[in-house]
Amino acid sequence: MNAYDAIVIGAGHNGLTNAAYLAKAGLKVIVLEKNDYIGGAAVSREVHEGWIYSNCSYVCSMMRQAIHRDLDLSRHGLLLVPYLGTVNFGQGEERLLSYHDEEAAYLELKRHSPHDADAMHRFQADLSRYAQLIRKTLMRTPPDPASFRPRDLMELLHLAKQFWSLGEREIYEYIRFFTMSAAEYLEDYFENDLIKAAMATPGIIGTALGVYSPGSAYVLLHHVMGDVDGAIGAWGLARGGMGAISNAIAGAVTEHGGEIRICAGVERVLVENRRAVGVALENGDEFRSRIVVSNLDARRTFTRIMDRRDLPEGIYEKARNFKIRGSSGKVNIALSGLPKFTGVPDNPHLNRGGQAFIGTLETLERAYDCWKRGRWSGDPFVESVIPSAWDPTVAPPGKHWMSNFVQYCPPQLVEGPWTPKRREQFGQTVIDKIERYSPGFKDLIVHMEVRTPHEIEQEIGLTEGNIFQGELTLDQLFFNRPFPGYGQYRMPVKNLYMCGSSTHPGGGVSAVCGANAAREILKDLRCPNSVPEDDFHDE
Amino acid sequence: MRYDAIVIGAGHNGLVCAAYLGRAGRRVLVLEAAEAPGGLAADREFIPGFHASIAHSLSHFSAKVATDLKLGTHGFGELKQRLPTVGLRLGGEHLVLEGDALAGVGADDATAYGDHQKRMRRFAAALDPFWFKTMPRIGSAKPADVRTFAHLGLNLRRMGKDDMREFLRVAPLPIRDLMDEHFADGALKAVLSWDALIGAKLAPRSPNGAVLAMLYRMAEASRGMHSIPLGSVPSLIESLRRSAAAFGAEIRCAAEVSRILVEGGANDLAAKGVQLADGERLDADCVVSATDPKRTFLDLVGVRFLDIGFTNRIRRLRCDGYVAKLHLALDGLPEFDGLERPRGRLIAAPDMDAIEFAFDDAKHGGLPARPVLEMVVPSLEDASLAPPGRQVLSAHVLYVPYRLQGGWTDAARERMRERAIDAIAQYAPRIRDQIIHSEFLTPADLEREHRVTGGHWHHVEFALDQLLMMRPTYEAAQYSTPIPGLHLCGAGCHPGGDLTGAPGHNAAQEILQ
Amino acid sequence: MNAIDPYAGERLKTSPFHPRQRALNVRDAWTSWNGYQFALHYYDAEYEYFCIRNACATYDISPMQKYEIRGRDAEAMLNRMVTRDVAKIKPNRVAYCVWCTDAGRVIDDGTIFKLAGDRFMLTCGSPCAAWLEKSAFGFAEVQVTDLSDALAALSLQGPTSGAVLKKLGLNGVENAKPFDIQHFSFHCHELRVSRTGFTGDLGYELWIQPDLALELWDELYAAGEHHGIHPYGEAATNMARLEAGFIMPGMEFNEALKTVRFEHDQTPFELNLGWLVDFSKPHFSGRRALLAEQERGPRYTLTKLDIEGNRPAEDARIYANKRCTKEVGYVTSAMWSPAVKANIALAMIETEHAQGELWAEIHYEKELRQYSRVVRCQRKDQPFWAPARAKATPPPDC
Repeated sequence: MNAYDAIVIGAGHNGLTNAAYLAKAGLKVIVLEKNDYIGGAAVSREVHEGWIYSNCSYVCSMMRQAIHRDLDLSRHGLLLVPYLGTVNFGQGEERLLSYHDEEAAYLELKRHSPHDADAMHRFQADLSRYAQLIRKTLMRTPPDPASFRPRDLMELLHLAKQFWSLGEREIYEYIRFFTMSAAEYLEDYFENDLIKAAMATPGIIGTALGVYSPGSAYVLLHHVMGDVDGAIGAWGLARGGMGAISNAIAGAVTEHGGEIRICAGVERVLVENRRAVGVALENGDEFRSRIVVSNLDARRTFTRIMDRRDLPEGIYEKARNFKIRGSSGKVNIALSGLPKFTGVPDNPHLNRGGQAFIGTLETLERAYDCWKRGRWSGDPFVESVIPSAWDPTVAPPGKHWMSNFVQYCPPQLVEGPWTPKRREQFGQTVIDKIERYSPGFKDLIVHMEVRTPHEIEQEIGLTEGNIFQGELTLDQLFFNRPFPGYGQYRMPVKNLYMCGSSTHPGGGVSAVCGANAAREILKDLRCPNSVPEDDFHDE
Repeated sequence: MRYDAIVIGAGHNGLVCAAYLGRAGRRVLVLEAAEAPGGLAADREFIPGFHASIAHSLSHFSAKVATDLKLGTHGFGELKQRLPTVGLRLGGEHLVLEGDALAGVGADDATAYGDHQKRMRRFAAALDPFWFKTMPRIGSAKPADVRTFAHLGLNLRRMGKDDMREFLRVAPLPIRDLMDEHFADGALKAVLSWDALIGAKLAPRSPNGAVLAMLYRMAEASRGMHSIPLGSVPSLIESLRRSAAAFGAEIRCAAEVSRILVEGGANDLAAKGVQLADGERLDADCVVSATDPKRTFLDLVGVRFLDIGFTNRIRRLRCDGYVAKLHLALDGLPEFDGLERPRGRLIAAPDMDAIEFAFDDAKHGGLPARPVLEMVVPSLEDASLAPPGRQVLSAHVLYVPYRLQGGWTDAARERMRERAIDAIAQYAPRIRDQIIHSEFLTPADLEREHRVTGGHWHHVEFALDQLLMMRPTYEAAQYSTPIPGLHLCGAGCHPGGDLTGAPGHNAAQEILQ
Repeated sequence: MNAIDPYAGERLKTSPFHPRQRALNVRDAWTSWNGYQFALHYYDAEYEYFCIRNACATYDISPMQKYEIRGRDAEAMLNRMVTRDVAKIKPNRVAYCVWCTDAGRVIDDGTIFKLAGDRFMLTCGSPCAAWLEKSAFGFAEVQVTDLSDALAALSLQGPTSGAVLKKLGLNGVENAKPFDIQHFSFHCHELRVSRTGFTGDLGYELWIQPDLALELWDELYAAGEHHGIHPYGEAATNMARLEAGFIMPGMEFNEALKTVRFEHDQTPFELNLGWLVDFSKPHFSGRRALLAEQERGPRYTLTKLDIEGNRPAEDARIYANKRCTKEVGYVTSAMWSPAVKANIALAMIETEHAQGELWAEIHYEKELRQYSRVVRCQRKDQPFWAPARAKATPPPDC
C-alpha cells in the first residue's frame, strides 16, 4: 500500500529540504521526482565524461547556515567555498576587479574613482543594514495583513518593531531602497559607470526587470543578502557542483527514513472532499497521503497537476496571472584550458571568482529592451564562473568548464518558438561576447550546452525557465507570495502545501522555502517542530 | 509693509493656497514671475487668435476646493460635461469610453471592464481622503497623525479581506500586468493604462507607481473622466485668481523671486521674506513656495542654509519630464477617420508595446521613433479659443526626453514635431493640409518658459520613493521644511501634480494650524 | 627577470618615505592605512613611545587623506560642513574640526589648514571624497582636489623636535605657536611646517612634495642624530594619543556614514567635543539636530578614567555599582600609561551616570586562564599627559 504521511512533489533542493524536516519529525515521507536525477535546478550533471556541469544554478549565496548545520549537510558531503576575486568587464580595456581583501578592493576602486572608493564604504554599510533587516524575515512565515488572528497580529507587531529599530530616517531610506530602480539608487553613491553597472547587475539577474525598472534595487539585495560564514554578499561555490547541495540534503532525507523516487512524474494531485489525499503518477500509480507538498512553481502546481474543478474559484486565474517570466539563459562550456582575458592580470586567484561581462549600464538596459521585443541582445550581460579553476572534481585535470549565465533571454522569440538553430545562434552570441574579452576563447571550446528558457522549462519544469519560480516584485513578495492570502505555505485546497521558491522568501538556493513550509506543516500535524526560525551571524 | 505670507508662484496650487490663507484672514502676497498667473495651466495664445494651455483638461480637481473657495461664483463652470476617451484605431473602428459605457471592444473585454472599473473605484474611494491630508511622519505621536494612520488602516480593512489583499498586490503592479490580467484588446489596454503613465517616467512595464498614479487620477466624483470647462482650463486659473483676490490676497505678476531670505541669529534662523530679481525686498512671517522643490531649495534658498544630506536628497530628486506639447492651429475641424466630431480625449497608442517602445527610445535620451499621443480639440468645447471656423488641436506627446542626447536644438525639435504630426496623420490623413501654425514645446522648453525643473508635470517624479510621506523627501513632506517659516505647496508635495488643488489646500491647512 | 607582477594592482602602495622606513623596520611589522603599507612599529613599540615622550620621533602621515579646497566659496563651503567657525581661523593657522550628518552624528574628525583666504587644506584619517563632493554641491566657486597621493607628510613629535627642526635650518620655527603654519624653502621648494600632532606633546608636521621626501628624511635624521630621533608606528601613536585624551575613529567613534546600526555612531557632545560646535556661526550640517541634543543633553559622555590596579581595561564594561548590576557604559580605549604610571582609559558613559560611582569589570588572562576583576574608576577632567612644553612658545630647548 502506497500510504504516506506526506508526499513531496519534486526533488528540487527545497522539496528535499522540506522532506528532510518532515522525515526528521518522524513522518513517513516520499519525494517524487519526474526526472531520473534529483536536485531540480541545483544539479551537477556529467553530460560529457569527465566534465560535471552545474548546468542550471551555478552559485550559492543564500544557503542558510542554520539549515546546513541542522541537517548536518557537511557530513552528507557538502562543502561551500566562497568566491575570491571577480572581474567586471567594461568597455574596451576597462576592468573592475573586486577583491576579498579590503585594501586591495579599495585600491582597485580608487583606480577608477577616488570618490567611489570612498562611497563604497557607505554603500556597504547601507546594504548591510537592509540585508540584516530582511534576513530576519527570511526564516519566518509572513503574517497575513488582512487577518485578525493573534499570530498574524503578533507577527506584524514583530515586523514593525524590527522596522522601527532602524530609526525614522533609515525607515524612509529603506522604503526608498525597496521601491527604486537599481541604477537610480546607485546614482547617489557612485559616479563611475562601470562601478555602477557592476553593482547593478545583481538587480537584474533572473528577473524580467531592467536596471532602470523600479523595484530592481530590491532584487539586488535579494542576491547579496545571503552570506557565506557571515560575510554579507559573499557568493560561494559548492565542491562537486550545485548538485552537491541537493545530494547532501537528499542524504539527510534518507538518513531520517524518507524515501526518494526518481522517474516518478506526478500527473495529478488527488483531491477528495476538497482535501488533497495523494497523487497519481504519469504511469498510473497512485500514492495516498495525509498531506501533499508541491515543490513545483505556483503556475505549474495549479495549472498542470491540479484539476481546475478541484480548485476554489479564482485560484486558477491567480496561478495563470502569477508572474513567472523567462528572462535568462545559460551556456555551459567545456574548455581545453583556462581562458586568458585581456586587461586582466595573469593572477590565478582572480579565476577563483566570477567574470561579469557587462559593458555599460546602457548595455544592460538595452539588453532588457531587446528582451521586451522578443529578441536577445547582440551584447548581452553574461555572468560567468569557472568552477574548475579551484574545484578538482568537475573537469579532467588541466581542463575546465565555464558556467555562463545570460541575461536576458526571451521565453519565446518574436519570430516564433525556439529552434535548435536559433538556440545555436544565441549560444554563438554569448561566445562572441566572451571572445571580445578573451581572444582565442573559441579555440578552447571542447563542447558546450546552450539552455534557453525553453530547455530549462522542458528539463527542470520551471515555468518559462524562471530561476526564482516567480518574479521578485512587490506584488509577489512576502505575504503576496505566491498569492495574497496564501503566503503561509498552506494552499487553497486543504492538506495541500507549497514549498518551492514560489513561496516566501523566493528564489535562490537557500533551502528556506522548504524549511519554512515544513515548519507550518509540522504545526498543522501537531508534530514536534525542529525547524530553525532564525539564522544570522549578527545576533 | 509686512505680509503674513508670501506665496511664490501663481500656479493653481499657489493660488489655492493663497486663497485659503486669505480666507483665514491672513495678509497674503502672491508673486508670479510670468506676466500672468497659471503656470502650466495658463492661457497661451500661441499665434494671434488661437489659444491653448499646457494642461488641456481636468479630471480630479477638488470639489471641496471649488466649494470652499467659491470658484463657481468666480466663473468656474461645474464639470458636468464629461469628455469621452477615444482609443484611436487605424481604419476608424475606434473604441470609445464614455462614463461607464465602453464601445468598440469585444463582449469579454466589455464585461471585464465593468468589473475592473468597479474594483478600481473601490480602491480609489478608499484612498480618496488621503489625497487631502498631510501624510504624517512615521512614528509621529501627534493625535492627528495617529488618526490618519488609523484611518488608512481602517479603510484598508473596510474593503474586506479579498479587496484588501488584492489592493496590496495590485498597488505596486506594472500597469501592463494589471491590464493583461483583465483584458485582451491591445488598444483598450493602452487607453486604460494612459492615466497611469502620462506625465511620469513610467512605462507599461514599470513597477511601483503606475497603479497609484491611476488611482490618484480616479479621485473625486469624476472617477477619472476628463472634462474641459467653459473657457477651457485657464478659466480655472482665472476663477482662482478672482477667488484669492476676493479673499484679500494680493497677486503680483512679472515679479520674479530671486531669493528666499533666510535670516536670524543662533537659534531663530528662519525664512523672513523674499528678494525680487529687481532687488526689491518683501518681508513676511512665512514664505510658501509653489514652485518645484529643486528650484525652491537649490536656487531660491541656497545650499548654505541646508544640511548636506538634505541638500543631497533634493539634488537627487528625479524630475526629468517626458511629455512634450504640440499645439496646432487648424483651418477647420480636424478630419479623423471614423470620427465625425473629434470630441474627447483621443489617444493614439495602438497597444502597450507602442507606449513601451516610445519610452525605450526616450529613456536612453533619444527621440521616440513612433511617439504616442493624447489629443483634444478644446475649441470644440469653447469656440472662443480660435477664430470663427478655425480649430485648435492640443496634444501631449510621449515620450520626449528632457535630456536629449546631444542637447535640444531647433533641428531636433523640428524632427520631433514632424514625428508627432506624422503620428496624428495616421489617423487624420489630411491634417498637414489643415495646419495654419504649429507650436512644439519640449520638456526643456517647458522648463524654460514655465520655470518648472525638468519640465516635469509633477515637479517631482511620481515614484513610490518620492510619494506620500517621502514627497518630495522626508523632512519636507509635511508642507514644512527644515527652515522654519518656509513651506511648500506645489505639485512636488503630497499628493502630486495635475490640476487638483490638493497640495495647495493641504499646505494651507498646515500653515493655518 | 622582467616579468610583470600579476599582483601589482592589489599590493599596498608605499609612501614616499618608504625606502628609509623599510630599512629601519627591523621587525617587519607592517599594517595598512588607506591602501598604504604602514608601520605598526619599527623596533620596539614601547621604546618608540618613549622616544616621543623623551626625545623626538617621526611618524609617517603620508597615507592620511589630504584635500585642497580652494575658491571664493571655499570658506563658506567648509563652514557649512564642519561644526566649528572656519571664518575665525586666521591665515596660516590650523583648526581641529569634526563634521556631522544631518542627524548630528560625527562622520569624521580632522584638521583644516587655512593657507590663504580662499585656500584650505583638510586632512582626515579616512577618505572623505564622497562627502566633500556632496558638501561642495551648490557652491559655485569651490574646487576640491585630492592631494593625498601628491603630498608627503611626516610628523615629528617630542621634546627635542623643535631643536631638531632648528638644526635642520628652519630658522624661526621656534616662533611657531601651537596650530601655526610656517613656510620654508627646502631645496628651492616649499616645505610647510605646522605645529600640530597627535601625541599631546611638543611636535610638528612637515608637508613636502613627494619627490623631496627622501632628502627631507635624510637631512632630518642627520639633524636629529644627537637628539634621539627614531621612527614610530601605529602602536606608539595609539599610546601617546590616549594619554593626551585624543579620540580615534574605530575606537572612540564609529564613522557615521559607515555605521550600520541605529545610533551606534556618536555626536560631538557625546565625544566631549561640544567646544567644537559653534551655534553662533552661519548654518552648518547637523546644526538643528545638535541644537536639540544640546538642549536635552547627550546620551553618552566620553569620560577619561583612572582605574585602580594595573590591568588595562580593554573592552571592559562600566557599571554604576560594584555588584555590576547597573551597566552604564563601555571602555573604548585603555592602557597602562608608562609616563604617568596610571591605568588609564577612555569610556563612553551614559551621561546621567557619568558623575556617579563607576566600576569597571576587567577581563584578563594569566597563562591561558581567564580572570575578571571589578575595580573602581576615577574620573579625570584633564588629559592624562599634558606637558607645559606642548604649549610653550618658544618651546624649551629651542
